[in-house]
Amino acid sequence: MSDSESTTQAGPPPADMDEIFVEHPFRQFVAMYFRNYAAVAGLLVFVTIVGAALFAPMILDLDPFEMVDEPLLRPGEGGHLLGTDNLGRDLFIAIVYGARVTMAVGGAAAGITLFIGLTIGAMAGFYRGWVDEVLMRVTEFFQVLPPLLLAMVLVALFSPTLETVAISIGVVSWTGVARLARAEFLRLREQEFVKAARSIGARDRRIIWLVIMPNALPPLIVNAALTVGIAILFEAALSFLGLSDPNVMSWGKLIGDNRDYLLDAPWTVTFPGVAIFLTVLAMSLIGDGLTDAFNPKLRER
Amino acid sequence: MAKTLLSVEGLAVEFDTRDGVARVIDDLSISLAEGETLGIVGESGCGKSMTALSIMGLVPIPPGRIAAGRIFLDDEDLLQASEARMREVRGNEISMIFQEPMTSLNPVYSIGNQIAETARLHEGLSRADAFQRALEMLVAVGIPAADKRIHEFPHQMSGGMRQRVMIAMALACQPRVLIADEPTTALDVTVQAQIFDLLNDLKDRTGTAIIMITHDMGAIAEMAQRVVVMYAGRVVEQADVDQILTDPRHPYTQGLIRCVPHLTQNPTKERPPLLEIPGVVPPLTQLGSGCPFAPRCQYADAQCRAEMPPTKAIDDGHTVACWLTEREAAA
Amino acid sequence: MQFLTVVIRRSLYAFLLLLAVIVFNYTLLFLVPGDIAETIAGESGGASAELMAEIRRSYGLDQPFYVQLFGYVGRVLQGDLGSSYYFNVPVLDLILGRLGPTLLLVVTSLLLAIFTGTLFGVIASQRPNGIFSHFITILALIGFSAPVFWTAFLLIILFVSMLQILPLSGLAEPLTESGTWQWYLDVAYHLILPVVSLSSIYLAQYSRLARASMMDILGSDYIRTARAKGLGQRVIIYKHALRNAVIPVITIAGLQFSHIFSGAVVIETVFSWPGLGTLAFESILRGDTPTIMGILFFSAFVVIIFNLLTDLAYRIVDPRIRLSNTA
Repeated sequence: MSDSESTTQAGPPPADMDEIFVEHPFRQFVAMYFRNYAAVAGLLVFVTIVGAALFAPMILDLDPFEMVDEPLLRPGEGGHLLGTDNLGRDLFIAIVYGARVTMAVGGAAAGITLFIGLTIGAMAGFYRGWVDEVLMRVTEFFQVLPPLLLAMVLVALFSPTLETVAISIGVVSWTGVARLARAEFLRLREQEFVKAARSIGARDRRIIWLVIMPNALPPLIVNAALTVGIAILFEAALSFLGLSDPNVMSWGKLIGDNRDYLLDAPWTVTFPGVAIFLTVLAMSLIGDGLTDAFNPKLRER
Repeated sequence: MAKTLLSVEGLAVEFDTRDGVARVIDDLSISLAEGETLGIVGESGCGKSMTALSIMGLVPIPPGRIAAGRIFLDDEDLLQASEARMREVRGNEISMIFQEPMTSLNPVYSIGNQIAETARLHEGLSRADAFQRALEMLVAVGIPAADKRIHEFPHQMSGGMRQRVMIAMALACQPRVLIADEPTTALDVTVQAQIFDLLNDLKDRTGTAIIMITHDMGAIAEMAQRVVVMYAGRVVEQADVDQILTDPRHPYTQGLIRCVPHLTQNPTKERPPLLEIPGVVPPLTQLGSGCPFAPRCQYADAQCRAEMPPTKAIDDGHTVACWLTEREAAA
Repeated sequence: MQFLTVVIRRSLYAFLLLLAVIVFNYTLLFLVPGDIAETIAGESGGASAELMAEIRRSYGLDQPFYVQLFGYVGRVLQGDLGSSYYFNVPVLDLILGRLGPTLLLVVTSLLLAIFTGTLFGVIASQRPNGIFSHFITILALIGFSAPVFWTAFLLIILFVSMLQILPLSGLAEPLTESGTWQWYLDVAYHLILPVVSLSSIYLAQYSRLARASMMDILGSDYIRTARAKGLGQRVIIYKHALRNAVIPVITIAGLQFSHIFSGAVVIETVFSWPGLGTLAFESILRGDTPTIMGILFFSAFVVIIFNLLTDLAYRIVDPRIRLSNTA
């Protein structure tokens, strides 16, 4: 641009850049992350929800399906913080217990997504040629099938268990990860350090996992945070539609169970939705924070 | 002496940057006569391009600002003109071509469309007439098979061809001034010579005055009648091209000329080594009160570092801003 | 004529993809544990002995797998997606009856997201750090994080329950006579909430994308050229910059079409919109396997056709791709 005449003149580096360069990379990483307040808030929400999912059931020892009071009590009525749903279940307890399933299924599904996506993307990007050609055609094939519809069909055809739900979500949502991993591998495989590793006779497997993968990780880790968020949304949609395990409490199921009372008791669908929303939001904010932490210079602008 | 067409008087341009206010152009005065080619030389960052953008009224404001000065086209002060008036001037009375022909054309419109757009805008030509004009311009700038290539898109053409298209576009409304900002820097050497020939040829035919901005003294020697040497936003020397080449006074000008190998010399003979000017242009936010070139100047003394040298006329049309010349004149 | 070659090559590829979908569908049925005839019958017909025999005969289940597969592929290619044992009608008829509302919902949402998103992006790009830019950034974050059915419920609570200005569900009021102009108006009225819910995921996302690419483009050399020509700000933005800024939005929208289709499945069930999504959902609850597989195939078919169209539209907008042999 035209204003470059003045602005690209390199002045002295700003003072905070100096301290960034001398710090240990990990401390710098943490420092950059904590500079992003939204990302810190996201992390807090995430820790709270995981904490609730892990410990609350141990401490409380309640049954989220138990009818504890009259149905459709407003929030606060009868000592129920968030009210009761159409079956007289305490919404707060149901949401706390629902966190377990949502986090477990979301996490497992994201794990499967990442595993499939990374493997296929890494192979395609590393070997190129016909391997790439075949794997990319497979990826395009999966992009053509509407993901949620396919997940619904898979759950319906096989059994509606949590395992099936997690696997189905993994099967329908790995294509984005694969494309990203492939792009990273295509870029990195041409770099000098990969050529160096090859020149000393390292095997392909070693180059893929120990030489290229660590360098490809930053964007993939950011993507992993988003993947968890997306997997939670898929799980919520499936259990909302009643296609997940009917004997397990989850946020989506809670909304699905109460959808007919939407107009009379809006809180029954609002609160579980808030839980889903906050969790996914936390994952995206964490993703943003990680992006900043991996690219300190990007934030400088 | 031909009539003065364009003159810049006491221009100062400032930019707000993270490190403070940078005075990109300081007390700049130049003038361009009808039919003349004026060369502006200097390293990157010396304010050449910003001078061009100031004349065009295209300085990005903010962060930039015109701090002082006047720019006259005939008797009209362009710095006072309305934005609507400036749009009439741009592309119609003053045109500009840029350094990067590869990226200076819009990728999604055909070149004919882009040339015709100027003619339709400023002369109100119909679509068909404007395309006819575009075709004539493409022929004039020497594009082979112009009637076919007029429908092509920028990505289908080479850099040299694209620069010809840029020239055709700039000259479509027969402007009185053409500003060429490093028009050949991004091109091959052989293509550079072709573009220079083209510009000279077009100037002879149309009488358009040219401001040729470059860092290359060789290009100046080939194109310009008069030369302005800029350093850190100021004019340090101004003279006819022969005077500059044979009798450069400012140490910076001398340095620029030494950077160019002499093509006339027999290359097999023993030659003096090519020289470069040590150092770089200082950050414009950190200029002191002295001569901005002093930190890089082998002749600099205490006065140079402390005080800005005045601009001194030493010959007809030859001015220099240097304490060295000042003291020689006094002696 | 180069364009024609591209059309033919792309169509051929689309056809191969379609073939792969059919093979995938049948293999999926085969992989379900247990008797494939029972899988196909599902819970629909109560699986009487005659029905089972009928299924075994029409799917050729006593033949080896590859013969069954070839038979299935052949039948699907001829438009025979089997019969729904629940409704006792050909699956294709069921699907075609439901296609219109789904396409109306999906295409309207997509166009709304693209047009409004691009417009917002252009406005935001004028002030890269202004309030509006922050607003669309936050909106994009919300759009990504909120489950689409929950967004729909919140909109229902607001517009149906509290403000009482929009209808709750359905394609139109049952008493409105179909085909009259009142009916079209009524459909448009019923379309508002589903479309807003569905496009909420993508609208802000496209705004951010359009904003980023506008900012990129407004700083580019050819915009400087356009200014140097004497063009006004409006022509520069809407003629020279916008056309370039739309390209990445179209690319992403094309890639996301199958996701939008997915979202429509949920939105349809929320608003009782009589489209393919509701049919798919109900068929799953009824165990109507032929209909489910038919819808899966047909959705993929629609996505493939749509991708083909975007690909061609993209070539018209961007001459660099139109005239190159690659991609």
